[in-house]
Amino acid sequence: MAEQTITVGEKPRRAAATPRVQRRRWSRHFNGDRILSLLLLSPSVIAIGIFVYAFIGYTGYVSLVKWNTFTPDYTFVGLSNYLRLFDTERFRIDLGNTFTFTVFFLIACLVLGFILAVLLDQHIRGEGIFRSIFLFPLAISFIVTGVAWRWLLNPGDPTNGITGINLLFDQVGLGFLKNGWYTDPNIGIKAVVIAATWQMSGYVMALFLAGLRGIPEDLREAARVDGANEFQIYRHVILPLLQPITLGAVIILGHISLKIFDLVVSMTGRGVAFSTDVPALFMFDITFQAQAYAVGAAVATILLLSVAVLIVPYLLYNVRTEAER
Amino acid sequence: MTARLTYRTIIYVLLFALSAFYLLPIYVLVITSLKSFQEVNVNQMWNLPHGLNFASFTTAWFGGEGFTGLSGNFWNSVQLVIPATFFSALFGAINGYVLSKWKFRGSDTLFTLFLFGMFIPYQSILIPLIQTLQTFHLYGSILGLIFVHIVYGIPITTLIFRNYYATVPSELLEAAKIDGATFLGIFRHIMLPISLPGFVVVTIWQFTSIWNDFLFGVMVTSSPSVQPITVALNNLAGSLSVAWNIQMAGALMAALPTMLIYVFLGRYFMRGLLAGSLKG
Repeated sequence: MAEQTITVGEKPRRAAATPRVQRRRWSRHFNGDRILSLLLLSPSVIAIGIFVYAFIGYTGYVSLVKWNTFTPDYTFVGLSNYLRLFDTERFRIDLGNTFTFTVFFLIACLVLGFILAVLLDQHIRGEGIFRSIFLFPLAISFIVTGVAWRWLLNPGDPTNGITGINLLFDQVGLGFLKNGWYTDPNIGIKAVVIAATWQMSGYVMALFLAGLRGIPEDLREAARVDGANEFQIYRHVILPLLQPITLGAVIILGHISLKIFDLVVSMTGRGVAFSTDVPALFMFDITFQAQAYAVGAAVATILLLSVAVLIVPYLLYNVRTEAER
Repeated sequence: MTARLTYRTIIYVLLFALSAFYLLPIYVLVITSLKSFQEVNVNQMWNLPHGLNFASFTTAWFGGEGFTGLSGNFWNSVQLVIPATFFSALFGAINGYVLSKWKFRGSDTLFTLFLFGMFIPYQSILIPLIQTLQTFHLYGSILGLIFVHIVYGIPITTLIFRNYYATVPSELLEAAKIDGATFLGIFRHIMLPISLPGFVVVTIWQFTSIWNDFLFGVMVTSSPSVQPITVALNNLAGSLSVAWNIQMAGALMAALPTMLIYVFLGRYFMRGLLAGSLKG
């Protein structure tokens, strides 16, 4: 570094003196500043250390003790809370619901998001307006979404008559599409997928659109010269290039669907025979209503582990690629 | 030529049809909330209101028979979101500066550990969190909720600022150090003046997620008088005695602040959103 400050025309004596003075000043600042920088970082390190890691550890610990009444009881009971959990029918239903929700939600968001991105990539007039329309649900609370969709997917009842989407279907001659939505246990959580997709598909669109815009026009042009039609270009040139983005979207959406809580609470609640229930809601009920803290902690730990399986490799991958850059 | 025209037509038809899907809930929220009480009938849900009637909004805001209005909760959310956003942005700026420009051994690992905090299901920290808040007499207060949002906001704000500051050339900082600039001097005279876009992105992101939060709101506050608007709206909508038009008006009022931000500052909102997928 010192060499860079020496210019050709300078006298040798000054050039020799400069690095020493600078190094001394540099190291003094380095030490004081280094300490200051760590000092300013430390409140956050302590906060994250306690409120994320120590708390997770504590929850994991609680899941292994006897504390299933109002009064804490830290008698170690091993994995019995987990065994009790997997014996609980509601929890088994919840796991099934989470699986169904995740699969349908991922497919719906990826397909819809990709279609939207491709449509917007066709040199559309008013692209900004369309983009805003597809994205604005992201700015809204899941609670608002739930309140709106609860009414839209309300099938109505015999005394008051049909309403919501069903009524709309009737009015436009699509009456055969009418169904019970979330009130039908066979549909259950899939009705919540509709609302969740409405809210989150714009996110996938934004990711894909950014990806599409990043693909050089030369590549498409080269494929065209080779005689590929537009469909083949998307199939063989563009889709493979979007693979990392697709993976990122799957991980982000997947972890959202594992954690889903707000939308279910405001839209359907637990549902008929727990057909719209999810583990996050079960955790809330069993911990704070039934006061089975240890069982609740076990649910929370399972939730955390399932999210970690998705997120940790993704985080490590992101950090490594950044380091290589 | 005709083939091209057909192709363009199909694209626009699809775009308009899909737009209708995304606008449908908003359309229903708006027309329902503008209806008078006599007009609210499930069989006429899709009919336009006869004239503009703002009674649902005043009732949802001030309250009515058997329920409290949302006005108090709206102000709770305002009181909550401003300090929580400000302090989480401030911590994010400091952390981002240190973790991008004052790296030390293990700082990247530390950053990764921070990031994990962004993705955890909050159920996994809820039991000790509530116990801790109770110990410090912060449970059930807006202050407690502010504290929680600051702490759990640190990962995302740190991420956005770190990625933002990483784009500042390190040569600039080295030059400033040689000129005798200190840690704080560099922050004050080099980083802060160019930080405005970073602060805008972080502020909008934090404002939106704190305003829209429900989980912490419902867990940390138990009394309706301190609950944020999302919790109050959920209670309002859950009560069978409240008519649909009032629920819809309440939902619109809860959505309004973040919608306004989206309309005017959508560009920055998008940046925060994409930062959340770690791609800067």
